[in-house]
Amino acid sequence: MRSGVNVPALVVFVLFFALVTVLGFLAARWRKADNALHLDEWGLGGRSFGTWITWFLLGGDLYTAYTFIAVPAAVYGAGAAGFFAVPYTIIAYPLVFLFLPRLWSVARVHGYVTPADFVRGRYGSRALSAAVALTGILATMPYIALQLVGIQAVLDTLGIGGGTSGNWFMKDLPLFLAFAVLAAYTYSSGLRAPALIAFVKDALVYIVIIVAVIYIPMRLGGYGHIFDAAAAKFDAVNPATHKPVGSMVSGPDAQWAYATLALGSSLALFMYPHTVTGVLAAKSRNTVRRNMAILPAYSLMLGLLALLGFMAIAAGVGKGVKGYNAQLAVPQLFDNLFPSWFTGVAFAAIGIGALVPAAIMSIAAANLFTRNIYKDFLRPDATPEQETRIAKIASLLVKVGALVFVLGMDKQLAINLQLLGGLWILQTFVSIVGGLFTRWFHRWALLAGWAAGMVYGTWKAYGIASPATKHFGGNSAAIPGIGEIGYIGFTAFVLNLIVAVALTLVLRAVKAPEGADETSPADYGAEAGDRALEDAPVPAAAH
Amino acid sequence: MSSEVPESDAGAPEGALPQVTPERVLAGISLAVPVVALLWVSSYAKLTPALGGMPFFYWYQIAWIPVSALFTGTAYLLLNRDEQRRRAARGGEPR
Repeated sequence: MRSGVNVPALVVFVLFFALVTVLGFLAARWRKADNALHLDEWGLGGRSFGTWITWFLLGGDLYTAYTFIAVPAAVYGAGAAGFFAVPYTIIAYPLVFLFLPRLWSVARVHGYVTPADFVRGRYGSRALSAAVALTGILATMPYIALQLVGIQAVLDTLGIGGGTSGNWFMKDLPLFLAFAVLAAYTYSSGLRAPALIAFVKDALVYIVIIVAVIYIPMRLGGYGHIFDAAAAKFDAVNPATHKPVGSMVSGPDAQWAYATLALGSSLALFMYPHTVTGVLAAKSRNTVRRNMAILPAYSLMLGLLALLGFMAIAAGVGKGVKGYNAQLAVPQLFDNLFPSWFTGVAFAAIGIGALVPAAIMSIAAANLFTRNIYKDFLRPDATPEQETRIAKIASLLVKVGALVFVLGMDKQLAINLQLLGGLWILQTFVSIVGGLFTRWFHRWALLAGWAAGMVYGTWKAYGIASPATKHFGGNSAAIPGIGEIGYIGFTAFVLNLIVAVALTLVLRAVKAPEGADETSPADYGAEAGDRALEDAPVPAAAH
Repeated sequence: MSSEVPESDAGAPEGALPQVTPERVLAGISLAVPVVALLWVSSYAKLTPALGGMPFFYWYQIAWIPVSALFTGTAYLLLNRDEQRRRAARGGEPR
């Protein structure tokens, strides 16, 4: 690592940061609504985003700074196994194409702001809806914290922040500043801020990735040389485990894990509160559908990005450094190979790439708290104005919580918790997606299935050790009954589904009370402009 | 994974169109193809043939990204047509 501060890179980085700060505050006036004190306005941007804004927003939302750091880091560390992110994002869109339009329609008709709102309306169960909401908040918090880890990695490589010198306050001052600014414009502009900033972020990311996959191989002697260098690294045998440190293709015993990780992660992707927020902010059902066909443009970028992990190997990043932090591989690759000013552009892409999802995640968590905890349990008679005020304050608290987490606790813990977050959020799939197609499942059976999946998955993950950590050290374990290694989250999901089906059969046989369903079949196909929607009550007044 | 697109609006009057139309079946197949192809890991877990120095495992999966977008786009167009015909069959009245 170079010593001192990379000044040209820092200047470019700060300029871009200033630009998006201005945009973030201006966003409050962008497509301004008649009634800004409505949760639909602050929390969903007025449900008004068309195809392109939705595309930028979802792209900015799904492909986070942590993605840019972690996906190549996984490829850098293990080779083929880290590449599962690519099939994961490929199969996600065909799968969610089936149910997201239905979620949009029913949410639009009934004014649902969160996935838990839908669950409560569909099953008439506050307990199930609270379980979905708490799972969402729990899964989102470490995800926000990891966005900060992404910014930290960049600041460290730039030569400011982090490190060992100075007191703790000065050390983390840049991070505090970045975060204070983020919190301020999210508070004032709501979802419009990340939607507007996403344009800058995505443009920067595309430029950086395209330049990187052309320029870096030229510097390193071509792709052939890059993959040869990687193969040489992964063939080496780890003296501790007597196994190769990685592999260039998934071996026969790793293919179940590869496929179940891809499938489980893709099912979980649109269960996250922040992705649902991005979808519900679309102005029509067709906008959602169209986006499922054009969002793979971002997957292409992700695929190319993953290759940066191999380039970091070929460039000798971290070579011979004991216990090298793979999370720094990509920032350091850029720092070593790009001209200083372009390193600044690349780091700005990562830094802003952290701000957009962090903003949306905190808004989504705030919506969940406000709608499904505060309104359902504490203040059932809250007005839309009160809801909006509570959500704004909650978004601040969520971010402060994430900041404390990153500064006060082990970074490894945030990474472990984010792995768990994916596992947890997947356990809401049966309630949400099952409910979009059928009212067959019993609410108590869904709750029991959710609990079974959460407990099993957490317990299994707790038992996995890795060189870096004693618990939560990985995401794969033997699948009971099959004997292959598979993604724990997916195994837990199957268990969840089995419990839900079995208990539904029992509860139906004993005629347990089913709860009221406030939706009707036609709601699930409603499109903007339909009479069903024109007759619908004003969204947030629906409850 | 069902290969059908389950738009089971059973309670709504659907006019003359049945639940299962050729458009819906084809859309379901279009969506299923990329999912099956990518989950079938053993079909592509190999190094050769390499493309421009890139092992098969990597360029094959990256190549699937635009191909899957084409399949999803096809499903979008098919379902759009299906929904328009349903709307027409209901005489323009959504309810």
